[in-house]
Amino acid sequence: MAKKISILIVDDEESVRDSLYNWFIEDGYRVDCAEDARKALSILESDGFDIILADIKMPGMDGLEMLKRIKSFRKESIVIVMTAFATVDTAVQALKDGAFDYITKPFDPDDLSHLIRNASKQISLIEENEVLREKVISLENVENLVGNSEAMHQVLKEIESVAQSNASVIITGESGTGKELVARAIHANSTRRFFPMVSVHCGALSESLLESELFGHEKGAFTGAVYNRKGRFEMADSGTIFLDEIATISPKMQVELLRVLESKSFVRVGGNKEITSDFRVICATNRDLKGMVEKGVFREDLFYRLNVVNINVPPLRERTEDIPLLVDYFIKKYCNTMNRPLIAIDSAALKRLEEFTFPGNIRELENMIERAIVVGNGKKITLKDLPLGKEMINPSAESLDELEKSHITQILTKYNWNITVAAKALKIDRVTLYNKIKKYCLTEPK
Amino acid sequence: MLMNLEYINLISFGYFEKNLLEMISSDVKREFLLPVIYREGHLDISEFYDPGRRQYDGNKLLKVIDLKFAFDTDKTLGLFNVDLYIPILTYIFGQAYLNGRSGIVSISRLSNERYGIKADEKLLVDRFRKEVIHELGHTFGLIHCKNPTCVMRSSTYVEDIDQKDHQLCDKCRMQLSASQEK
Repeated sequence: MAKKISILIVDDEESVRDSLYNWFIEDGYRVDCAEDARKALSILESDGFDIILADIKMPGMDGLEMLKRIKSFRKESIVIVMTAFATVDTAVQALKDGAFDYITKPFDPDDLSHLIRNASKQISLIEENEVLREKVISLENVENLVGNSEAMHQVLKEIESVAQSNASVIITGESGTGKELVARAIHANSTRRFFPMVSVHCGALSESLLESELFGHEKGAFTGAVYNRKGRFEMADSGTIFLDEIATISPKMQVELLRVLESKSFVRVGGNKEITSDFRVICATNRDLKGMVEKGVFREDLFYRLNVVNINVPPLRERTEDIPLLVDYFIKKYCNTMNRPLIAIDSAALKRLEEFTFPGNIRELENMIERAIVVGNGKKITLKDLPLGKEMINPSAESLDELEKSHITQILTKYNWNITVAAKALKIDRVTLYNKIKKYCLTEPK
Repeated sequence: MLMNLEYINLISFGYFEKNLLEMISSDVKREFLLPVIYREGHLDISEFYDPGRRQYDGNKLLKVIDLKFAFDTDKTLGLFNVDLYIPILTYIFGQAYLNGRSGIVSISRLSNERYGIKADEKLLVDRFRKEVIHELGHTFGLIHCKNPTCVMRSSTYVEDIDQKDHQLCDKCRMQLSASQEK
C-alpha cells in the first residue's frame, strides 16, 4: 500500500489554514497546521512532514527564512511557498533557497492539486532511488565476494574494519583473486559510497597516457587533446580512486602520485590551474611491493603513504573449501546471463575442480564454468565439459610457478607469440600475460 | 443498519426547481440508504459576499449551515446557486466537514454557459447530482477516491465531474457501510 503523504501548512491566517486543511484531508493526506514559522520549526523537530506548504509573508520569521532553516536540518524536505504578492524576485529567491515550487494566492484548485501531485511524485522517486541504491550496495557487498572459508572471513573482517576510515589501502594477491571486488566492497561500505569509485588500470597505460588519465588535460596540451578533459582524480572527488597494478608505474609517476597524495591537489596536463579533489586511494598489486622498495624500484615514501592498511586476498588454492560455493555462484550467474535453466555439476567434476590448483585463481574458475555451460549438454556439468585435460597438468613440474611458466611458454609458442591470441587462449587479459612474461623472464625466440 | 442517523436534510437557499430537488433526493436515498428530507432554507447570505472577489465565502457559509441548520442525528447539505470561494482557492464547487454533520454545494459553476459553451440542462443537473453525493460522502468520512468513475473522485474542473458516475465505487460503498455500522 502506498505511504500516506504528510503535509504541514504554515500560514498566519486561520481561514487559509482551515481551507487548506479541509482540502487536503478530503484528499486523504495527513495534515497539520502551524500559525507561524517558529511553531512550524518546533513541529518539524519532532515530526517529519513530506511537504511543507508555507506562506512567505508572516509576522516574525518570514517564509523564506523558515525555508532556509528547514533546508539546513532536513535537506530533502519539499517546501512549497505561497504568496499573495507574487514578485519575480521573491519567487526566484525562494527557488534559489531550495523551494520545490511557489504558488500565488488564491490558487486555482487544479493548480494546487497538480502541485501536490508533482511533489508526491518527487517524494516517491526519492524513496525509490534510496531503495534501489541500498539494493545495489547490498548486491555489491553480498554477491560479489563469495566464500565461507576462514581466509575469506578474515578478508571480510578487514574490509569491514577499514571501510569506515579514510586510510589508504593496498590490496595484494595473485592475479584473478578478486582484488578489485575487495576494493569495491571497501568503497560500498564506506561513507563515500554515494560518490563514484573510479578505477585506473595503471599497467595498461603508458607513462604519458597514465598522466593524462589521472590528472586530465587542457585542450591543446598535446596532439589529439581537442577537448578539456577531467582526470580520474577529479572524477573521484568525494569518492574513491582505485589504482590497479600500482607496481607498474614509472619512477616519474611515482613522484607525481606521491605529491598528489600529500597535497590532494594537482594541475591538468597543459594547464596551470590547481585543482583540489577529496578522494580516498585504494591500490592493488600482485607483486611484492616491499621487495621492490628494497631493490630500489619503488619509492619507499610512496609505499608507506599507500600502505596504511594491507589486505591480502588469498589464492584459490589456499581456500579450496570455497570452490563448491563459487561454482554454484558462477553457475547461477551464467545460467541467468545466458537465459538458461539452472544446471548442476556432477560430483566427479566438482571433486576434480577442488583438486585443481587454479594458477589463474577465481577468474580461471569462472571462465571454466562459463565455458562448461556453453559447451555442455545443458543438464549437468560433467568432467568432459571442463578443460582439465592432461595438458593442463604437467607432472614433471615441481612448483606451481614452474607449471605456470611451462604452460604459458607452451601456449605462446603455439600461437607464435601473438599476445592477444595467447592471452585469449589462457583466458587472462593481455596485461596479466605481459606481467607473467616479465615475471618468468620469458623471451620470444629470434 | 444505522445506529444514530435518522435523516439526510437537503436545504436549498435560492431558487431550485422542485423536480431537480426530487431527483437529487432519490439519488441520495439510493446511495446512502437513509430517508431524505428536502426543504427551503432562509438565510441572509449577503454578509458572506466578498465584493472584491464577487463571490461568497464558502468557509463562513459552511460554518453557519453547521451551526444553525445541522443536527447530530442528521447529515445536512446546503444547496446554493451562488459562486463560492474559500480564501486560498479561486473557487469551489462545494465543501463539507469530513466525517462531520454538514456540507455545502453550489450549482453556480456547473453550468456550461459559465464557460461560454451552449447551455445543457441535462448536463447541469447531472453535475449537480454528482456533487451533492460527493459532498455528502465526505460527511460520512469518505475521502477522494482514485477510481476514475467513482463519484468520490476529486474534480477541479466541470469536465472532471462529467467523467465520473453518480455512484460510489465498490470500495467506497464498503467503506460507507463500515462507517454506518460503527
